[in-house]
Amino acid sequence: METQTVLEARNIIKNLGGNTVLRGVSIALNKGDIKVLIGPSGSGKSTLLQCLNLLHIPEGGSLLLDNKPVNFKNKSELYQLRQKVGMIFQEFNLFDHLSAKENVSISLRKVKKQGRKEAAKRAEIELQRVGLDDKMNLYPAQLSGGQKQRVSIARALAMDPEVLLLDEPTSALDPELISEVLVVIRDLAKNGMTMLMATHQISFSAALAHEFVFMEDGIITEHGSPKELLAENATSRTKDFCAKIAELTGEQA
Amino acid sequence: MVDFFNPIIEALPYMVSGLWITVALVIGSMGLGLIVGVPFSALKVYGHPLIRKFIGLYVWFFRGVPVLVLFYLFYFGLLSWLAQISFLSFLPFNNAFFAAALVLGLTTGAYQTQIFKGAILALSPGQLKAARALGMSDFQAIKTIILPQALRFSLPAWSNEYSIILKDSALAYVIGVAELMSRTRSVAAITHKPLQLTLFAGLIFFVLTFIGVKGLKALEKKVKIKGYAQS
Repeated sequence: METQTVLEARNIIKNLGGNTVLRGVSIALNKGDIKVLIGPSGSGKSTLLQCLNLLHIPEGGSLLLDNKPVNFKNKSELYQLRQKVGMIFQEFNLFDHLSAKENVSISLRKVKKQGRKEAAKRAEIELQRVGLDDKMNLYPAQLSGGQKQRVSIARALAMDPEVLLLDEPTSALDPELISEVLVVIRDLAKNGMTMLMATHQISFSAALAHEFVFMEDGIITEHGSPKELLAENATSRTKDFCAKIAELTGEQA
Repeated sequence: MVDFFNPIIEALPYMVSGLWITVALVIGSMGLGLIVGVPFSALKVYGHPLIRKFIGLYVWFFRGVPVLVLFYLFYFGLLSWLAQISFLSFLPFNNAFFAAALVLGLTTGAYQTQIFKGAILALSPGQLKAARALGMSDFQAIKTIILPQALRFSLPAWSNEYSIILKDSALAYVIGVAELMSRTRSVAAITHKPLQLTLFAGLIFFVLTFIGVKGLKALEKKVKIKGYAQS
């Protein structure tokens, strides 16, 4: 079967506040790929994700969307890319002055120039998909963390992204609210959504991911299937790291 | 006792027409301040460094110089000089009301810039990021996400600004705007009853402040974001 590369980063270099946070990172996502970024805090996972939809403009390297290079300096190419590359944030980042439904429909109206009715309809469908049928008219301050994160997933999906980037989507949640978000992510995976996710939910993502990508000090040091990297006899840095997390959370890696 | 209030009753029509000039002056200058303050606050936060520098200078000047000095400086200085430039003659530079509204508007514009800027900075930076991530341009994101929230949060401080500008508007009498204070002074000079008339003018200012602040409080309640704690 021919694989179709959706998003590819080549040799990305990014400096932030005088530090080189990414020192030449290359990663490619084929259609339907689910890759999971793991690694210690400060290793550059979040920065890499934000470079992939150009919330951070890299100092070096190139980015290809559907095999076409993206010109970072061209605003309209930048906006185009961001529409096609959805992003889920650790802190949800919902628009506080808009209801759940408006949070989802606003970008359809402003970016995709859809009519009010059409956008509202789509927002309803997306919110139903994440199980929030009865919360559509509530405002972010009236929602729990898990509900907020589900709204933010609905908001990203409404734009019909080709890739979804998830930056520790459950790290800011109370333990008992994590599973409702993971269920939604698992559904997306089932439906073939291409995803790159930074997370510390090792066992959950090991069951889901096609590839684990281990980052340390601004480079990718290891990558491979979770099975390979976490095998009984494997001696990977990834395995050590996962074992430490497992020790901490009581989770079976 | 009736005699004490007589001067007020006699001067009432004359003073009320001055009251309308005061109201027009305050609405005009608060409006101008809003027109200046909203874009300037956004540019002060997100704009090019040179633009930020320019806005900083503007705010610094109008915050630093007393309104009274600005009235003289503009009316007898800058504006009377501009009035001699022929291609600008369609603008009423020699009009005292125009000068007063301009000075008060630019002054409150500087303060409003600071008020809105503070509110923008108080918002979580993640919302702008999320808007960008959805493909919005910075202009769209600021207009549809940032400002609607920042303006809501600015209402209490804006209401404060209204009461300050209302009272500063009384200074416009020095350049001959026939507003409430200037009319009070001229009636008082003729009737030699400054106490009653000044008290009455003060009462009107008090009522105007009260109505404005109450109205803005009602607006604040009306546009409050649901789920946020009521202040």
